[in-house]
Amino acid sequence: MSLTPKRVTGVLAAFTAVTLAATACGGSDEPAGKDAKNITLTISTNAIAGGKNSASAEWIEKWVIPRFIEAQKAKGVTAKVSFVPSGVDDEQYKTKLALDLRSKGGADVMSVDGIWVGEFAQAGYLKPLSEVAGDQADKWDGWSQIPESVQGLGTFEDKKYGIPQGTDGRVLFFNKKLFARAGLPADWQPKSWQEILDAGTKLKALPGVTPIQINAGTAMGEATTMQGALPLLVGAGGEIYKDNKWAGANQQVKDMLDFYAKVYGGGLGDPKLQQEAKGRDKSFAEFAAGKIGILAEGDYFWRGVVNPKDGVAKMPDRDTTVGWAMIPAKQPGAGIRGQDFVSMSGGGVDVLNPNSKFPAQAFELLAFMHSAEATKEQLAGAARITSRMDVNKEVLAGDPLLSFVAEKVLPLTAYRPPLAVYPQVSVALQEATADVASGKSVDEAASAYQKKVEGIVGGPGNVSS
Amino acid sequence: MSTVTPTADETRTEPSRVAVRDVLARIGRYVFLCVVLAFFALPLLWLATAPFDDTPTIAASLPQFTLDNFRALLDNPYAMTSLLNSVWLAGGTALLVVTFAALAAYALSRVRVPGRDALLYGLLLLSSIVTGTATMVPLFELAFRLNLIDSRLGVILILTGGLLPAAIFILKDFMDATPTSYEESARVFGASPLQIMRHIVVPVVRPGLATVGVWAVANVWGNFLVPFLLLRGPDKAPAAVIMYTLYTEGGQADLRLLSTFSLLYSLPVALMFVFVSSRYGFRFHGGIKR
Amino acid sequence: MVQVTSRPDETVEGAGPVTGPSPAPDAAGLGRARAAGFLVPSMVLILLFLVVPAAWTIYLGVTNYRLTGLAAANPEVVGLENYTRALSDERFRNSLVLTLQFVLGSAVIGQACLGFAIAYALRDRRGPLRRVVEAFILLAWILPSSVVAFLWIALLDRDAGTLNALLGMPGMAWLLDYPMLSIIIFNTWRGTAFSMMLYAAALENVPRSHLETARLAGASTGQQLRDVVFPRIRGHVLTNLLLISLWTFNDFSPFLITAGGPEQRSEILAVYVYKVALSGGELGFGAAISFIMLLINLVIALIYLRMLGRRKERA
Repeated sequence: MSLTPKRVTGVLAAFTAVTLAATACGGSDEPAGKDAKNITLTISTNAIAGGKNSASAEWIEKWVIPRFIEAQKAKGVTAKVSFVPSGVDDEQYKTKLALDLRSKGGADVMSVDGIWVGEFAQAGYLKPLSEVAGDQADKWDGWSQIPESVQGLGTFEDKKYGIPQGTDGRVLFFNKKLFARAGLPADWQPKSWQEILDAGTKLKALPGVTPIQINAGTAMGEATTMQGALPLLVGAGGEIYKDNKWAGANQQVKDMLDFYAKVYGGGLGDPKLQQEAKGRDKSFAEFAAGKIGILAEGDYFWRGVVNPKDGVAKMPDRDTTVGWAMIPAKQPGAGIRGQDFVSMSGGGVDVLNPNSKFPAQAFELLAFMHSAEATKEQLAGAARITSRMDVNKEVLAGDPLLSFVAEKVLPLTAYRPPLAVYPQVSVALQEATADVASGKSVDEAASAYQKKVEGIVGGPGNVSS
Repeated sequence: MSTVTPTADETRTEPSRVAVRDVLARIGRYVFLCVVLAFFALPLLWLATAPFDDTPTIAASLPQFTLDNFRALLDNPYAMTSLLNSVWLAGGTALLVVTFAALAAYALSRVRVPGRDALLYGLLLLSSIVTGTATMVPLFELAFRLNLIDSRLGVILILTGGLLPAAIFILKDFMDATPTSYEESARVFGASPLQIMRHIVVPVVRPGLATVGVWAVANVWGNFLVPFLLLRGPDKAPAAVIMYTLYTEGGQADLRLLSTFSLLYSLPVALMFVFVSSRYGFRFHGGIKR
Repeated sequence: MVQVTSRPDETVEGAGPVTGPSPAPDAAGLGRARAAGFLVPSMVLILLFLVVPAAWTIYLGVTNYRLTGLAAANPEVVGLENYTRALSDERFRNSLVLTLQFVLGSAVIGQACLGFAIAYALRDRRGPLRRVVEAFILLAWILPSSVVAFLWIALLDRDAGTLNALLGMPGMAWLLDYPMLSIIIFNTWRGTAFSMMLYAAALENVPRSHLETARLAGASTGQQLRDVVFPRIRGHVLTNLLLISLWTFNDFSPFLITAGGPEQRSEILAVYVYKVALSGGELGFGAAISFIMLLINLVIALIYLRMLGRRKERA
């Protein structure tokens, strides 16, 4: 090359200068801080009008923002609030948030999945609310309405990082019509894993029916972990992360895998469906078409899948056909904390950006979004479990499944550890279930899992077995 | 010299046998082309039926004809603008890629630069890792430091940087294949190198430029990760990003919107191809040769 | 149109790997300085947006950097740990083998051979048939991958797929039972256009009279190809194989169809890196694998150059 280094540098510098000039946007010199009269705030969630979580996006754009601006105006503050919609895959949304926060950018108020809180906090991307917004964060009156366990979604190492939006619970859904044909009761409630398998065996007699759908394998992703592996694990009395150690190939993990082996090895489930890239969609469609007897899912299934109004696999006769039952422990009393029944929960959390120029006002906005009025408005007539007890009391009354989850399931539920390696451990669990579903022995799958987990979490010292 | 070395027996082949073989070869060729046509057309079937179907499923079937899906899509506040955004990004990138690659390819073709080939190969190899996921943090940090976050220009520049090596590589082959006699005579008449480039070289390698342009557009048109990470908010998002938003809360595909949007999303590139191929010719005619 | 100065006996020279000598150096009187000027815009962009991020990625490859968690706050240099881990990782090796199958099956055998066969079958044909065939093949090449992925899922679906309906074999799970074959055929479909165009151009350099002579002399198609056609398009074959192998090796679109599954049976390296870096957040490890991929690409390129490039004299 005949370019001298000096020339290259010159060209580079000139080029950079041009780009900078072309893209630099006018920054404001307004005084930042608590008493600013002109504030600018941004909200970012993984929702988009006309796409994913459309209703939530519309709620922010059409209700939260105008109302908040109005409220600020009454105080003599001119607020400019904008919404940055996303609506993509959660992993991609998470990546983008992390990159934004890493470069000290991003929206002032953002929603994250509860299990990201810990890893984001460890990375220094998020700070406790009281550190960002001061005392007002601890004094917020809304906390009294949010149950301790739900607050845990936004808590890491005993510090509150965000306000939870709501939560969910997992149950066994079943098709009452198929149950009737198989001679099973409409108010079915199994008390042990064996009773699930027994029901499956009876359902197997019906032609064209897959008795049990319990998610397995990596294609289903986190749905396998949340709707399958973890509820079974807690049902066997195990926890994936306890006392700073991750569960290895211990007895509880083996019990969990053994259940999978009985379902998929015993012809009670469809192992192929677990491998398909769109397997979960298909399981929904098959349940709606009356081809699946029992299906383990979160309450999302009831609200968003078989919902006769706007579900993705509508069941016009949902209210009469779909039954539900709590997920039993392996035997009565064998679950974690000695429980008879178990569940797993997750949920979204709204957090503050520690780099916000107007942290105090950002918290005001956050609190505003979680007021009883706003929470009710967000539901827009639909029912789902919010973080606020006062709102739940009102809106869940009309929905039998959701009140069941709120009253019976949530008190028993458990949460995932919000740590950075969790997603990888979760994949290792999924792979172990895939191994068993496709015919490997439980011991083989368990020892492969043990090896993987040791690699992920930094050696056998961090794994309990 | 390449020669056929037929056996003594074959040299004496009778003309009639050759004729029979010709007919068979012709039939074989037709059958082959029909199979090829079926193979390439079959997957596209779904795109032709599902958008017009009342309740599209994953199966391609005769639709319950309706245009409702298009109406539903028009209600989506971002669908249409995203196509326009894609046009900006793809057009801008293609323009930069074609212009800069043509200049560079011409210079590399006409002037001997030591280590030229090694350089080209090295860049070609590098471009293969920079398109991967592992580079997203460096790319993002770079864009951040250059103040290119949420800037279309940033997306265009990053994509251009990634596409340039292959574009130069392809175009240089085109340039190598063009005769230089016109350039020599133009030079005798006092034309400047840029003039020669514009009036003599460009017209000659036009199909090559068109091909590289279409290739660049197609690449940008489908790129999700770079615009997704660098642009903020759906007002600037291209169709590749908006396509991913047409899923429900639980990650289920909304097939009505998705199939319809797929069709609209595909149309511009298909039309561009038809336009470019009829206007400029679309093939490596005389190009990529040595 | 371009008239190619056809020099049938031109052979590949050893000087430059693929790109031979320039036809007539500096016909336009560019001079080194102005040639450098022509190169500047490209080189600046490439340096800034390709070389810098690439070098940065290579650096990340020797750290334990993650997107989130403690390792995001304080990444440490871990030397070659990522590399030793990758090379001893069964999943990586499995992925490498699959990637080589993918490149061999879909690029070398699929795209290059099918592309050549189509170009050869269409070589002296004009008119609607040629245009329709070409249009469909090119359409497959230029449509966005997210759309194309959906089309193939619809085609190969187990229960309601178009293919099973046509073949009358419902329930045949192509993507589950033959995941590699499925994505190999998919990628053949996707990328044949490039090879076809390239060989179409190449075949124009083969004088028709030579083929005619050979044919009348009774040479079989195979002999014609070997003795008349191949020697004249050797350079094209090299360029083509090089580019499509490189592109295929780093192609991510199979992820959209099989997501690497079932059980990693179609988890080619590009998909593996995506899972490691984006889903697992392990950017350091992902960067190391990317660099290994780069080295393998280099080896592949060198093999091609060896086989097809350095021939001073034809045997």
